Amino acid sequence: MTTLDELKKLKEQALKDIKTREGKASAKIVVGMGTCGIAAGARDVTAAIMEEIEKRNLSDVIVTQSGCMGYCEQEPLVEVEKDGKKIVYKKVDVEGAKKIVAEHIVNGNVIGDMVFGQEN
Amino acid sequence: MMPELSLNIMDLAENCIRAEATLVEIALDENIKTDILSVKIIDNGKGMTDEFVKQITNPFITTRTTRKVGLGIPFVKQIADMCEGELKIDSTEGVGTTISFSMKLSHIDRPPVGNIANTIHSLIVLNPEIDFSFSYTVDEEEFKIETKAWKEILGEIPINELSISTALKKEITEGLKKIGR
Repeated sequence: MTTLDELKKLKEQALKDIKTREGKASAKIVVGMGTCGIAAGARDVTAAIMEEIEKRNLSDVIVTQSGCMGYCEQEPLVEVEKDGKKIVYKKVDVEGAKKIVAEHIVNGNVIGDMVFGQEN
Repeated sequence: MMPELSLNIMDLAENCIRAEATLVEIALDENIKTDILSVKIIDNGKGMTDEFVKQITNPFITTRTTRKVGLGIPFVKQIADMCEGELKIDSTEGVGTTISFSMKLSHIDRPPVGNIANTIHSLIVLNPEIDFSFSYTVDEEEFKIETKAWKEILGEIPINELSISTALKKEITEGLKKIGR
């Protein structure tokens, strides 16, 4: 396994990255991963979010998951926590996922027509 | 229904996570000679009572509190039955659960495995505190990855750190490519 050797090198870079941002995350993205979410496309939405984050090198954005949030008909649901505010987006597809990263995470604009709910 | 088996696998792994497992092992085996595709998911979560296991393929049995149907296991049972295979569940309370299912590899109704790399990568990165072991065997060739080995090298760096996540994805994708998947 060559990657494990590469990993040792990557570790040094990762340590620097963590130090630079002082362990703080600028935003947190939560994807609903219940059976309903997965059947509606949550896995591919997650992959699209991660790819977009990678492309933009947003190492201070955390991506995580939750179980079913109880609104199965609105899945895939994606919650964004940024600047002390929580916004939940509904029926997110791959395009929507990219938009969330570009518009909400990077530019700080909530995407009005995709919002399911919010909590201040 | 799920269009890909890798989505069913993701869904079953979510059950392990909800059962508070700290280790989840996922093994896929495509045996072209015997024409059988089998999947095994082993966790060390809290397990289930015999009573619960007996009823688990019933969609109206679930631990969900958000609504009264659970479709994850019934979906898998339906596919296995449809494709001349079977679903087996072995669970011990306080020890863990093993779910295995099989199907005829060449069965016309068998869903494709689909993007298993995405499933495994997402599971690992979304659940950095859980250890995953994943293996994919095609006849004699095997690809295997264990997050424990990665975490030992990483030390205090979380496995979901961006640069590590990127390397992990590459490792999974390239490893699967080597076995033709």
